[in-house]
Amino acid sequence: MGVVAAGQPAPEFTLRRQSGDAFTRADLDGETTLLVFYPFAFSPVCTDQLSLYQEMLEDFSARGVTLYGVSCDATYSQEAFRRELGVTIEQLSDFEPKGAACRAFGVLHPGGFPQRALVLVGPDGVVRWSYEAPSPGDLPGANLIFDALDG
Amino acid sequence: MAESLGSAPLPPVGPGDHVRGPEDARLVVVYGDYECPYCAALDLELARVPLRVAFRQFPVTSAHPRAQAAACAAEAAAAQGAFWAMHDSLFADQGRLEDPHLWARAESLGLDVARFDADRRSSAVAEAVRAQFRSGVRAGVATTPTMFVDGERHGRPDENLWARLLGA
Repeated sequence: MGVVAAGQPAPEFTLRRQSGDAFTRADLDGETTLLVFYPFAFSPVCTDQLSLYQEMLEDFSARGVTLYGVSCDATYSQEAFRRELGVTIEQLSDFEPKGAACRAFGVLHPGGFPQRALVLVGPDGVVRWSYEAPSPGDLPGANLIFDALDG
Repeated sequence: MAESLGSAPLPPVGPGDHVRGPEDARLVVVYGDYECPYCAALDLELARVPLRVAFRQFPVTSAHPRAQAAACAAEAAAAQGAFWAMHDSLFADQGRLEDPHLWARAESLGLDVARFDADRRSSAVAEAVRAQFRSGVRAGVATTPTMFVDGERHGRPDENLWARLLGA
């Protein structure tokens, strides 16, 4: 099973925000949301995907899109990673039960971490576009997201 | 309607590009960031081979806080005919990219430092860097360095790509 396809409703899920509060399907209502699933905080790539998307944040905002990073790392690790990258994109943790939200979105790798994947959910809670990278080292360019947004 | 940022082909190398290398050599287009160590490594490798290289700015500022200033410094040096001299200077010493270092580099390259300083803060230079960055985004650049060979996107070349590039 691959990443949840366009036209499907977003699944029920619970992630943990940096504040410790829950982030659920209800938080997607009325918003255009891009969930950026990445394998691990601090994985060894030089310029991270999130750094690139951070550069384009104004362009995402202009299109009414809010971005979140999602991984199975603990909140504290994600926060340290966010600071290390110097990005403001909020991180959501799928730590416990580990990988449950990633599994619901169809992006849980058998190794227990998210595939590198993107899920764009419209204000109606329906998946507008999704993408799974061919390999974890293959960083999806922002152009692919703008193709979905502007197309 | 906001400016489109969706996928677009790599803009062809034109008069606005910084290009060096033998006229008849194979042309590659590199998108890089002066604060990225992998970009510096690639730049060294490219200096040793007979290729023609076009360099475009791709500063990722969240990861590299001085990348934008460095990119603007190179573009400002270009206005005084010293793009590649500044480019080499920046990659040769990535630990010194604060303003006084940039002024010192301009001075040692014999540039008009006051003009250099005004140019690097100008909106024209900022726009040139931004346009290069965006052309890269639209062509699918997601990490640095990214090198285009015959329109195909690559990261740092592996052995096979070097062999192909050098016609071995």
